[in-house]
Amino acid sequence: MTLDDRGLNPTALLGMEGPDVGCDGCFELLDEYVEAEVAGAHAAAAFPGMAQHLVCCPACDEEAVSLAALHARPPSVRPPAG
Amino acid sequence: MTSSDRSKVARPPASERGAGSAPTGLDEDSMAWLRALRAEGRLYDEAVRRLHDLLLGASYREVLRRRGSLSHADVDELAAQCADDATVAVLGRLPSYRGASRFTTWAYKFAVLTTSVAVRSRAWRDREVPTDPMAWPIPEDLSFDLPEHEAEATELAKGVRVAIDTELTPHQREVLLAVAVHGVPIDVLAERLATTRGALYKTLHMARARLRRGLEDQGFTVPSRGRP
Repeated sequence: MTLDDRGLNPTALLGMEGPDVGCDGCFELLDEYVEAEVAGAHAAAAFPGMAQHLVCCPACDEEAVSLAALHARPPSVRPPAG
Repeated sequence: MTSSDRSKVARPPASERGAGSAPTGLDEDSMAWLRALRAEGRLYDEAVRRLHDLLLGASYREVLRRRGSLSHADVDELAAQCADDATVAVLGRLPSYRGASRFTTWAYKFAVLTTSVAVRSRAWRDREVPTDPMAWPIPEDLSFDLPEHEAEATELAKGVRVAIDTELTPHQREVLLAVAVHGVPIDVLAERLATTRGALYKTLHMARARLRRGLEDQGFTVPSRGRP
């Protein structure tokens, strides 16, 4: 018998095997990961453990979605005349 | 945060703002942000003002998107507070900016984090979160969503209960049940338990691994890759 047949959410309850960057690691890489995703690069392969963490951590996943939305439609503030 | 406040909060010495070690390969806008935030005097003050405006725009949009039952006044207040906190965080972490992404993407993540944490904290502030590890129940309906396989679902629920009760430490049980079963946001639980989100996630990760092993020991085949 397998858990996948039981209708439970196996990821929420059991997580996944394999690398997982954790919440701190996720925050450090989130900007790079989101830009890679938006650019159509193979972000999951380039950042091992990120995609898995986002599946297993709803809070980080929510933040990744928010950052992608901001990246796609940024508030209009011009950079300084540096 | 007024213009004067921003300048006071955000003017560490140039040497602590990463001056002299610009990342290579930056786009023009990111370079402009970095130069200005490492400058002195009015150029720096103007850059901090723009940074705050940038993060306020991001925070406001995020708070609005997740506002729930927040009033307009609450949205404005929360967005302003989050923008202030994010501005301080960005300026404090500026030396760690490696130029691996656009400066604005890097800066937005601080606004996203402060806003997400603040909104979740606000949403849960009147809800009880038990701090007794054994106070979290295993829901009776954990596997009752497959009525056509009632007997097997009941067997699996029993296996999960056994594994939770026998394989997990009280703290692992608490974190697993609160976050993965009862839906308490991990940062809300971290705040209530006076710990960090990163530390709690490590506990959750370990608890899940033990639970998988416990189920396997009982003869269940646990998928090696979860279902998103």
